[in-house]
Amino acid sequence: MFAYLVKRVFQAIAVMLAISLIAFAIQGNLGDPLRELVGQSVSEEVRQKLRDDLGLNDPFAVQYLRFLGNALQGDLGTSYFFKEPALDVILKKLPATLELVFGATVIIIGLSIPLGVFTAIWPNSILTRIILSLSIVGLSIPVFLTAILMIFFFSVELGWMPSFGRGEIVHVFGYWETNFATKDGWAHIIMPSIALSSIMLPMFIRLIRAEMIDVLQSEYIRYAQAKGIAPWRIYFVHALKNTLLPVITVGGVQIGTMVAYTILTETVFSWPGMGAMFLEAVNRVDTPLIVAYLIVVGFIFVLTNTIVDLIYGLVNPTINLARMGA
Amino acid sequence: MSLLSVRDLTVKFASRDGAMAALNGISFDLARGERLGIVGESGAGKSITGFALMNLLSKPGFIDGGEILFEGEDVTQMSPKQVRDMRGNRMAMIFQDPMVTLNPVLTIGQQMVETLRAHRNLSFEEARQIALVKLKEVYIPSPDERLDQYPHELSGGMRQRIIIAMALLLDPKLIIADEPTTALDVTIQADIMELLLEMCQSNQVGLILITHDLGVVSQVTERTMVMYAGRIIETGATRSIINDPQHPYTQGLINALPQQTPPGQRLKQIPGAMPTLSAMPTGCPFHTRCAHVTDECKRTAPEVSQFGDTAVACHEVHRLQRDLPKEVAQ
Ligand SMILES: Nc1ncnc2c1ncn2[C@@H]1O[C@H](COP(=O)(O)OP(=O)(O)OP(=O)(O)O)[C@@H](O)[C@H]1O
Ligand SMILES: [Mg+2]
Repeated sequence: MFAYLVKRVFQAIAVMLAISLIAFAIQGNLGDPLRELVGQSVSEEVRQKLRDDLGLNDPFAVQYLRFLGNALQGDLGTSYFFKEPALDVILKKLPATLELVFGATVIIIGLSIPLGVFTAIWPNSILTRIILSLSIVGLSIPVFLTAILMIFFFSVELGWMPSFGRGEIVHVFGYWETNFATKDGWAHIIMPSIALSSIMLPMFIRLIRAEMIDVLQSEYIRYAQAKGIAPWRIYFVHALKNTLLPVITVGGVQIGTMVAYTILTETVFSWPGMGAMFLEAVNRVDTPLIVAYLIVVGFIFVLTNTIVDLIYGLVNPTINLARMGA
Repeated sequence: MSLLSVRDLTVKFASRDGAMAALNGISFDLARGERLGIVGESGAGKSITGFALMNLLSKPGFIDGGEILFEGEDVTQMSPKQVRDMRGNRMAMIFQDPMVTLNPVLTIGQQMVETLRAHRNLSFEEARQIALVKLKEVYIPSPDERLDQYPHELSGGMRQRIIIAMALLLDPKLIIADEPTTALDVTIQADIMELLLEMCQSNQVGLILITHDLGVVSQVTERTMVMYAGRIIETGATRSIINDPQHPYTQGLINALPQQTPPGQRLKQIPGAMPTLSAMPTGCPFHTRCAHVTDECKRTAPEVSQFGDTAVACHEVHRLQRDLPKEVAQ
């Protein structure tokens, strides 16, 4: 178990190094930092001097290692626009984004398992047909369109739901700001969460359904029937566990991906998270902020994947963690 | 009263071109504690017969008529609840491949305990004790440890032993074993078969053994039923079937055994292949491959005629009775 853990952590570090390298390469090719720092009215000699001082004329490898050293100390550069450390800017926006992802994840897990199982067990039911048709609709409408349609109907036409911002948020644990402490906060997070889940939820329903149908055909299910086991136990003990095992791995990747999907949702709902911030940073060519965003999102992605892999190893008896580490 | 009495059982598979019969009105009986072998080439309908007895046909298969009287009750008329109460309790099944029969994410103990608790009002601890006793009966070393292991931690032979123990958990009256050793290593096939025989004998359990292996049939069973294209074409005492087969198909099966051919020569296989469900010939289904075929065989399906304790479905069997035994005798 410990060996497996160490192995997974090393893999995660390797991936993070690759991400940092890419992010750094982007930084070098995106705009001229000098222009941001001193403007255009400075003579070429002064520029060269500044370049030397800033280390911009050093070999790529030296610059990268310096960047990496700073990054390890939590220094991802200073945002041109906010004039603040880029990491601080992002960390301030992080709770909003993570709560949004959390809301969407709860919706996805809470609905995809019962609906996936239902549609697999009763493939010919009318309800199954309705669910599957809706899931196609959900899959084929882009997130921003879903978001705009929801705003149009529920905010503009019906006036039931707030259409932008986080609403009333409450500070908890000193740093974190949460939507889940007030009614207004809840009202604000519901539509963005639904919009964010609108692609993944249908995908997961279909994934779980397909996997469950597959599992239900297997020999051990027939054997359980031959032993006289009750149907509910066959579905929820024998089949569901085997169904969810492969889904866990896909699910982990998708939740990581969702952090990136927030860019669209946050922009449409003016959600003050790091996704909307990223889009603004791109517009302003705020290179340090862009790079910092990439690294933080990459880190979240790697972290969720590693955790999911560990969970998978723990719940799947056919994986012997002790042996895999060797 | 016999333990099992099957009458005119017909099983069909629904398909786009209508329903195709996989079993054509088969009838047979099994006495209490009796061991019956079902033999025949691939596709003869052996497994379908086994699953039909359990009312466990998977779609698109369905029972289209006939009776399956098990301890006096008709399995085909039972409610889902009654069927569930019967399965694993009074009638148990052993599947072919132990590598895929057990659920990979549940421990052996969980799978044994759930079976007991599905049929009896037992606490987990009581059920576990019974499971332990049964594992000991089938000579599983350190059974206590086995209960907490997952299937993938055990060898195929060990798993099939456990499955035999599971079949015995509730002291069933009948065990249906569908090629229980085919998927196993040859070196342990005989051990498993011997264990199955011993368990059936010592527990007075009826056995329906489905197999390709005539050697196994003669070792384990008292009576044998030969199937061809969804029909029973010959039934009788296993000894008579092996030593004095009446039906040309059975004779062909026996002649195709490696023991019947001198080393180095090719086996005497029956020429041709069994017809598929969608292309069933008229008359006797075997006539397309039979060396003794007559016009009558092509026109009408043969009735069953009795020879001593052997029942045979063949038009030409009377003539063959006179001519053939010398030819077949080894
Ligand atoms: N799901 C199905 N749909 C259509 N036909 C089927 C289906 N399952 C089985 N059959 C047909 O039913 C017939 C009998 O099949 P069965 O499995 O009983 O053969 P078997 O005698 O057990 O053969 P084997 O020795 O290969 O196990 C075969 O012709 C097969 O093609
Ligand atoms: Mg079979």
